[in-house]
Amino acid sequence: MSNRQGVRAGLLLTPPMLWLGVAYLGALAALFITAFWGQNDFTGKVEHEFTLDNFRDLFTVPVYRTITIRTLLIAVFVTAVDAVLAFPIALYMAKFASPRVRRLLVIAVLMPLWASYLVKAYSWRAMLSASGPLAWLGWTPGYGKVGLILTLAYMWLPYMVLPIYAGLERLPNALVEASADLGASAAHTLRRVVVPMAFPAIVAGSIFTFSLTMGDYIAVQIVGGPYQLLGNVVYDNIGAANNLPFAAAYATVPVVVMLGYLALVKRTGALENL
Amino acid sequence: MTLSRGLRAFLTAVTALGMAVIYIPLLLVLVNSFNTSQSFAWPPEGLTLRWWRAAARSSGAKEALQVSVEVALLATLIALVLGTMCAMALTRYSFFGRNSISLLVILPIALPGIVTGIALNNAFRTIFGWELGFLTIVVAHATFCIVTVFNNVQARLRRVGTTLEEASADLGAGALTTFRLVTFPMLRSALLAGGLLSFGLSFDEIIVTTFTAGTEQQTLPIWIFANLFRPNQTPVVNVVAAALVLFSIVPIYLAQRLSGGTEEMMTAR
Repeated sequence: MSNRQGVRAGLLLTPPMLWLGVAYLGALAALFITAFWGQNDFTGKVEHEFTLDNFRDLFTVPVYRTITIRTLLIAVFVTAVDAVLAFPIALYMAKFASPRVRRLLVIAVLMPLWASYLVKAYSWRAMLSASGPLAWLGWTPGYGKVGLILTLAYMWLPYMVLPIYAGLERLPNALVEASADLGASAAHTLRRVVVPMAFPAIVAGSIFTFSLTMGDYIAVQIVGGPYQLLGNVVYDNIGAANNLPFAAAYATVPVVVMLGYLALVKRTGALENL
Repeated sequence: MTLSRGLRAFLTAVTALGMAVIYIPLLLVLVNSFNTSQSFAWPPEGLTLRWWRAAARSSGAKEALQVSVEVALLATLIALVLGTMCAMALTRYSFFGRNSISLLVILPIALPGIVTGIALNNAFRTIFGWELGFLTIVVAHATFCIVTVFNNVQARLRRVGTTLEEASADLGAGALTTFRLVTFPMLRSALLAGGLLSFGLSFDEIIVTTFTAGTEQQTLPIWIFANLFRPNQTPVVNVVAAALVLFSIVPIYLAQRLSGGTEEMMTAR
């Protein structure tokens, strides 16, 4: 790249890089460092000396272990519900809908994404309430584990539909027709041809549902009732407890889990589908 | 694709059901805002405009609305400038580290919101020593709004190509003139689309905002969250939520029309 071009690129990049690179990355690094600091039990002030106590507490104190595992399980359930619901919808959109219907459906699926997160959680609070429509139909999950899974699955559904839709769109029809020509039934073709080829896309969608569930702390408070997830613990430690080092340490758990998950799924080729 | 009639019927049914599931909760919020019962008994005994009138009188909601709009406008402005600069640098020039910068731009939205929230909270309070307030909200919002503008501008720059800009340079125009007369007009609708999306993103944001807003300023989502558990305020909160449902549809529809395709919308989030 010529010198003058280099200068121009540099000038263009400097303000955004100062903002994102220095300020944001710096903030993340500072947070990570804080996770290694301790908190004085008496004064509550943060002590700037290196200690692994926070991370040790994460693994040894049973409450935190339980909450971590519980959060992971909820994430798995939510991902499963979303995958089961999203696949037929995405399949219809990609292969069976006419172009006009397809465009409408894409918009229809995308619109709730931009409706406020809070409004969606709130709408489920109304749905699940003791005098709400679900109770009227005879089903009372109430506020708690089931309600939380329903709400989170609802909120992340578009994130699962879109990658699967994109992946299925790329699936060549010729393969499906060849399978039918060879005598396979529709179910068989689905099971042996379509789903395996769409699998990376499904995994790509699961990255979103997993990551979003692990960090969630607001929907839990709204529809989770007394239930507590990882996000709540972090949130509580910032506010009342003012134990930033511990909150920072606990917050690294979702990040580490997601990094591990990403490394695992890289081999399935899911990252191409993002 | 022709698999079987049965499969097609099944998929159509599931899709219809799925669309219903997606939109019923939102419709519920809308209907409930007219529900005479204060505890939102279902089915609604009657319809009333009472709550909408009460919401229009609520000063807390109106102040929060104003703060939200101001924050969103400011954050969008910053994001437009920084996002465009970044997109131009990354699309028009190739250099070492380009992919890493791409990743860096996406990072604020890719990381769990809570991590971004507490990182910024910590940075604002302990490193910079700032008070949490209006400016910190704007800074936080701008940080992840950059990516919506970035995606839109990048997509548009790629689609349009360099030929016009090169022709302009061949005819003797300097860099700034080329930008002003050639590039910017081509980017206009992408900027508008990115700006609309960024506005919507900032307006609805709560996950990071709870950590970067002080006690004095409340954006609308924060106001909703604070009043969510107060029984007296429930109907007004519901009206505000219903209004939000209606008003979030408009920017997206416009943005989709402007960007001329669903590709950019899909990559923007």
